[in-house]
Order: sequence, then structure tokens, then C-alpha cells
Amino acid sequence: MPNMNPKKTPMPEQEPCIRNKNFEEVSLGYTEDMAKSEAERCLHCKNQPCVKGCPVGVHIPDFLKKITEGDYEGAYHTIKLTNSLPAVCGRVCPQESQCEHNCVRGIKGEPVGIGRLERFAADWHMKHGKDEAEKVTPNGHRVAVVGAGPAGLTCAGDLAALGYSVTVFEALHAAGGVLMYGIPQFRLPKEIVQKEIDALKEKGVKVETDMVIGKVFSVDELFESGFEAIFVGTGAGLPNFMNIPGEGLVGVYSANEFLTRVNLMKAYKPEYDTPIIHPKNVAVVGGGNVAMDAARTALRLGAENVHIVYRRAEEQMPARREEVHHAKEEGVIFDLLCNPLQILGDENGRVGGIECIHMELGEADASGRRRPVPVEGSNFTIPVDCVVMAIGNSPNPLIRSTTEGLEANSHGCIVVKDDTMETTREGVYAAGDAVSGAATVILAMGGGKDAARSIDNYIRSKE
Amino acid sequence: MFRILQKRKLNDSMTLMVIDAPYIAKKAQAGEFIILRVNEHGERIPLTIADYDREKGTVTIIYQIVGKTTMILDRLNEGDALLDFIGPLGKASNLTGYKKAAVIGGGAGCAIAYPQAKALHAQGTKVDMIAGFRSQDIVILEDEMRAASDNLTIMTDDGSNGNKGFVTEALRSNIENGAGYDLVVAIGPLVMMRAVCNLTKPYGIKTVISMNPIMIDGTGMCGGCRLTVGGKTKFACVDGPDFDGHEVDFDEAIKRSRTYFDMEREAARDYQCHLMEGANNA
Ligand SMILES: Cc1cc2nc3c(=O)[nH]c(=O)nc-3n(C[C@H](O)[C@H](O)[C@H](O)COP(=O)(O)OP(=O)(O)OC[C@H]3O[C@@H](n4cnc5c(N)ncnc54)[C@H](O)[C@@H]3O)c2cc1C
Ligand SMILES: Cc1cc2nc3c(=O)[nH]c(=O)nc-3n(C[C@H](O)[C@H](O)[C@H](O)COP(=O)(O)OP(=O)(O)OC[C@H]3O[C@@H](n4cnc5c(N)ncnc54)[C@H](O)[C@@H]3O)c2cc1C
Ligand code: SF4
Ligand code: SF4
Ligand code: FES
Repeated sequence: MPNMNPKKTPMPEQEPCIRNKNFEEVSLGYTEDMAKSEAERCLHCKNQPCVKGCPVGVHIPDFLKKITEGDYEGAYHTIKLTNSLPAVCGRVCPQESQCEHNCVRGIKGEPVGIGRLERFAADWHMKHGKDEAEKVTPNGHRVAVVGAGPAGLTCAGDLAALGYSVTVFEALHAAGGVLMYGIPQFRLPKEIVQKEIDALKEKGVKVETDMVIGKVFSVDELFESGFEAIFVGTGAGLPNFMNIPGEGLVGVYSANEFLTRVNLMKAYKPEYDTPIIHPKNVAVVGGGNVAMDAARTALRLGAENVHIVYRRAEEQMPARREEVHHAKEEGVIFDLLCNPLQILGDENGRVGGIECIHMELGEADASGRRRPVPVEGSNFTIPVDCVVMAIGNSPNPLIRSTTEGLEANSHGCIVVKDDTMETTREGVYAAGDAVSGAATVILAMGGGKDAARSIDNYIRSKE
Repeated sequence: MFRILQKRKLNDSMTLMVIDAPYIAKKAQAGEFIILRVNEHGERIPLTIADYDREKGTVTIIYQIVGKTTMILDRLNEGDALLDFIGPLGKASNLTGYKKAAVIGGGAGCAIAYPQAKALHAQGTKVDMIAGFRSQDIVILEDEMRAASDNLTIMTDDGSNGNKGFVTEALRSNIENGAGYDLVVAIGPLVMMRAVCNLTKPYGIKTVISMNPIMIDGTGMCGGCRLTVGGKTKFACVDGPDFDGHEVDFDEAIKRSRTYFDMEREAARDYQCHLMEGANNA
């Protein structure tokens, strides 16, 4: 008999008033009993609508069944068949718009907690399971992967499993992409990301950090040095600014800078040298995951008042529901339907406040979302000493500007064929945020997988 | 790991290091920089590529000891290694087509100005080099600068070399005496570069400066290095570090460069105390 409780089994979490002062993980994960009981909520629908909602087609009912049987290792391996980073996806996938969105249990109550269970299986494996690096026979072909984010790492892993000799080149001093420098420790512990990277290395993937491709080697030089195909997974790391007055003031950060200082450079730990402003009153501009992460990070650095300033309404926020919910619990103030006009400075060039205007929802625009329009004369000022701009990132131009024949669209996204991820340059494939613009971890991984398959076809077709 | 092959003290506060970095050496050009991290807990700091040897696979850096990271760096010796050494970064200087240039270096800025003078000189541009220091005993790279220019003028704040005054005074007198520069390159403290730009602007002489805002990644990812140039936001690490000095918003850059001033001073003081304690306990 399935468990007919209409609600998800709650996940133990650190109390909001405690966790908003530390960088430890917010959600503590299910116990075995909780996991079993939640997995028992699955009805094992014949047509498996949940699977269709998952961009990589995780065999959801199969792995849930294994959890109910107490075969956690088996559950993990079932997920792994199509998803190479379950510990990550279980934590950061926007489940409410993907797998869980389609879950039949969601019609009358809450959907099955697929993400939580995916995380449970992955964590169980990390603690108790063993990764036996399968021995694959090298096929003698070399592939280069540029960028060690989820797209690049997935592509590298899949190719290595097919016998390719793969080298990943990463510009920063650590692999992982946004998983390392963007998403905070309290949401995705870096130890987990590192374990995934170590597992790849064990499979024989070479990871070369400190390598800015386009500067130290061009794509052409990678071909010359014997790589037969190249995958570009350089992400969307170029921060957008609003181009309003005051963005040059001291105390205005891009979310990338703010989060990189804290996550990658560990400015929150006293033994690290990287400085960061410890602001008292902060305005974070934006409504996505990046904005939520920046706001909650500011709280943990000791800020007293943290505002999210977002020009649309809450329903339109692109952030994961859970992050919005957590941010509210932790005390983040939501100034919705508000748009910044300018950042005000003091006599030392430091941020003193942010002037905003109220917005109301007007006609629907091309995307179907009702467009916010300013309410004349409704200007007001929030006194803050720090502003974080989290209004989106675009693909970094470094690779396309140094690689001949690699076409990009007007947004700077690399142009690829939808199914094969081939770029306009022979032998060069691309996926992830570099192609889609800022999107999600799971889409980047899915793209990396597709590209790995095409690269394999391409190289075999030349033999 | 990137091994230190050579270390040479240039004066009390400046050191030259030759680093084993063959891939970077192969690509390096004048005007580009590297970012290094000494150890796991360290900051990422940018330093200009002062010189390179493609055959030997080495890159030379010259740094002034100003804070904690440069202090830690300076504790390393030949044979030790740096954890990270990333580059070449930034846009190479594009200084072709000029007939006569004044290249101005202020203090540590001479280390950055010197490769520019060298590149200009090598392409046949006539180069007057003007270098400014607080006093004679801290002059660096004198032989190198002389070799890279047609004329070298060294100015000292205290007049200890018999040439008292700021670099701008030497530049002004050269211009007024009809030097006929079609290019001025100025590299040094922000206030010095601003003074040079204010001087050259009325004469309409193209003035290129090298900006050194606070950086992290050096690849255009964080936006921390942004400047306002000609009313537009530019990222110094990918759009620069060289810019048209007459377009740069110096006031903003000067304020931004002091963002972490208090924290940096404290970090340096703590580190020095820590070293002293070590010495006392030894
Ligand atoms: C703060 C934040 C929070 C997010 N939260 C979520 C979330 O909760 N859920 C979710 O699904 N998604 C989230 N995202 C989005 C998600 O992280 C990205 O969509 C995903 O990481 C994209 O993967 P990628 O591999 O394409 O690129 P990235 O992860 O950006 O990795 C690209 C890598 O390439 C490197 N690189 C770039 N240029 C070069 C070069 N020239 N040479 C060598 N290396 C280079 C970069 O340094 C980087 O390491 C978040 C993003 C941010 C910034
Ligand atoms: C493109 C570029 C090229 C440079 N080339 C040289 C060079 O060839 N020789 C040289 O001596 N110096 C150079 N600098 C400056 C050098 O990076 C700083 O002196 C160094 O970072 C100081 O670090 P610290 O910890 O010792 O001092 P801190 O106490 O941290 O800082 C002292 C001052 O250095 C600057 N600074 C601090 N951190 C950074 C950072 N991450 N990035 C940039 N500036 C910072 C700030 O203005 C600060 O006030 C360059 C800077 C840039 C941006
Ligand atoms: S990978 Fe993401 S979308 Fe797919 S099942 Fe797991 S949590 Fe759901
Ligand atoms: S839709 Fe929901 S209930 Fe049905 S199989 Fe998928 S997870 Fe189970
Ligand atoms: S240093 Fe980060 S964008 Fe320039």
C-alpha cells in the first residue's frame, strides 16, 4: 500500500534563526525511515509522467522502489544511469518545474519529494557505497573540454567512460564552475562537488586548472596539439549591470564577485586572506537563485537588514520555490514590484542608499509575463551600505572572440545544432550556459551528455 | 606548481622573480599580466608580466611589497613554488605607429612601464623615459630602462639624485621644449597618472595609462575590476588594463581602489606581528 499522506515527509532543517548565522548546510537530509516513507508515496504510474519532466530522464519510479526496499546503493546506481551528479541535482534542481511538477501526487496534494530522495540516495552512497572505477580500454583518441562546470564535467565523464583520453581545462584555480564559485556552501557543500570531481579524476579524466583557453592556448592550438574534438562549456559568467547612476560606488558588487569572494575565495573563513565588506544593510537586486543566494550570504556575513529588490511580483520570480521560502524564513525582506533608479553615495564614494520606484503589472509582453511599469512619483529610498546586482549573466566573450568560425547569436550565446550540439566550427561542440544563456545545472548536464554522444559519433565516423 | 627560478631584491620594497611558466612564456606580450596565488589561503593578486623568455619558458614579475600577500610572496625563495600562476591575461598593448613617445613610470610603476618602453623602442619609436622615485636609493631597473629608451630622466621627490621634482615637471619641460610626442604612456599611482593626463590633455597628446583596480578572476567574470571609461563601464582585466587616460574616471577609480583599505592594513599588521612573534620564539 502506498503512503497516502498528501504532504511530503518534512526534511529536517537547521532552525532559521540559527542557520542564518552560519554557512553549514540548511537542509539536513532524510533519515532512512523518512526516505522509505516518502518513497512509499509513489504510485508507480504506468506512463511515468515524472520521468518526462526530468531533462535527463532519471528512472524515477525505479529508484524510488529501490529505496522502499532498503536497497539504497541500488537506488543510487539507478539514478546514475542517466544523471552523473545526483548529489548536486537532488539539492539544486528546480524540481517544482521539472520532475515534481509532473508528479501525479501533486494534483491533490504535494508531489513525491523526488529531489530529496535523489539527494538521500546520493548521500547514502557517498557515506557507505564504493565507487569501483571500472576499467575501460583506452580507445586512443583525445578530447579537450574547456570549462569545468556541470556541462564540461558531464561531457568529460561520459567520454572517459567510452575510453577517450579527456583533458578538462579550467580558467579558475578550482574545478566545478558555478557549483564551486556561485552556489553557496549552505546550499551545496563544496566537499560534495569536490568528491564528484575526484571521482572523475579517478576515472582518468585530467583536470588542468589555471588554464584560460583563448589566452594560454587557442582552440586552434588545442587541435594542433592532438585533440581531435573540443567541447566548450564555458558557462555564462559575464555579470550584467543595470547601467544606472552609482554602480561605480564602493560597496556595489556583482553577485558573481560577492559570491566568488565568499565561496571560491572563502572570505567567510578567518584563515583565508580574501577581504569582503561586512555590510549592515544590503539591497540585492534581482529575483532568481543568484539573488536569493546573495541575500542569504549577506545575512550570514552579519548583515542586519537584507532586502530583495525585484521589479516583478513573487509568482514571477525565477528562483526555486524552496530558496524563496528559506530566504523569507531567514528574515530577508522582499521589496517586490520595485525597481532601482540610482544608487546614492556618501562623500567617500561609498554606498549610502538605493533609490527605487514602485511598479505595477501592465500588459503581458512577448514572453507572456505581465510587464512591470513604474508608478509615477512613487520613488523611495532604502538606506543601505551595500548593493549586490543579481540581474543576470551573459556568456563570456573570451572563447568566441579568439576562435575563428565559432558563431554566436546577438546575446553572445554560441550557436549549436539542437540535437548534436555541433557548433559552426568542425570538431567543436558546446553546451550549457555558454549556449543557452544562464539556465540550470541539469540542462547544462543534459547538454554535456548530448555533446559527448555526438563527439563519439564524430570521432568514430572519421576512423 | 610554478617554481621560482630566480629572486633578486631591487630595493628595500621591490623584488624581481623569474618564474617557471612555459605555457605563459610562449604567449606573453607587453601589457599583459598574470594572477597568482601563493598558497591555499592566499588572495589572488594580479602582477604585470615584466619580461618573458620564450625559449627558457620563464616569466618575470616585479612586485612592490605593500600588503600581506606581497609580504608572503616575498618570504619565498629560489626553489620554492607558487600554487597558482594564471595568464597571460588582459589585452596586450597596441602601441604601433607612433614616432615619438614619452614613457613615464612612477615608483613600482616603472616595472610595468619598462616592458612598454622596451616594446616601443624595439619597433623603432623614439622613446624618452621619465622615471620618478621618492629618492635615489630606491631607484630600480636603471640599466634596463636606459637600454629600452633613447633618453632616460630620473626624477626624485627629495632631489637626492640632483633632479628634484615630479615626473610631470620633466614631462612638461620636454613638451614645452618641443619634444613633439605623439604618444605618452604613464604608469604608476593613480594620482600620478591623473596628473599626467591633466597635463597632456590640453596638448591633445594621446595618453595611454595602465589601470590596476582590484581583481579576482581576471577573466571578466566578477566585474570587480570595472572602471568608467568615456562614460561606459569597462572591465580592466579583459578590456584593459591599458586605457585612454583622457577618458578614465579617476575619482571613481581612486575611491574604489581603497575599498578594503582598513582590512588590508589590519591584515598586514597582523601578519607582521605574527612574524615578529615567530622571531621572538625562535
Ligand atoms: C549563484 C547561482 C546560483 C544558482 N543556483 C542554481 C540552482 O539552484 N539550480 C540550478 O539548476 N541552477 C542554478 N544556477 C545556474 C547553474 O549553476 C548554471 O546553469 C550551470 O552551472 C551552468 O553550467 P555550465 O557548465 O554551462 O557553466 P558554469 O557552471 O558556468 O561553468 C563554466 C566553467 O568554465 C570556466 N571557463 C569560462 N571561460 C573559460 C575559458 N576561456 N577557459 C577555461 N575555462 C573557462 C569557468 O571558470 C567555469 O568554471 C545558479 C547559478 C548561480 C550563478
Ligand atoms: C593589471 C594589474 C597589474 C599589476 N601589476 C603590478 C606589478 O607589476 N607590480 C606591483 O607591485 N603591483 C602590481 N599591481 C598591483 C598589485 O596587484 C597589488 O599591489 C597587490 O595586489 C597587493 O596585494 P597585497 O595583499 O600585498 O596588498 P594589500 O594590502 O591587499 O593591498 C594594497 C593595495 O593593493 C591593491 N590591491 C589589493 N588587492 C588587490 C587585487 N586583488 N588586485 C589588484 N589590486 C589589489 C589595492 O589598491 C590595495 O589598496 C597590479 C595590479 C593590476 C590590477
Ligand atoms: S535530475 Fe533533477 S529533474 Fe531529474 S529527477 Fe533528479 S531532481 Fe528531478
Ligand atoms: S508521477 Fe509521481 S507518483 Fe507517479 S511514478 Fe512518478 S513519482 Fe511516482
Ligand atoms: S577581475 Fe573579475 S572581471 Fe575583471
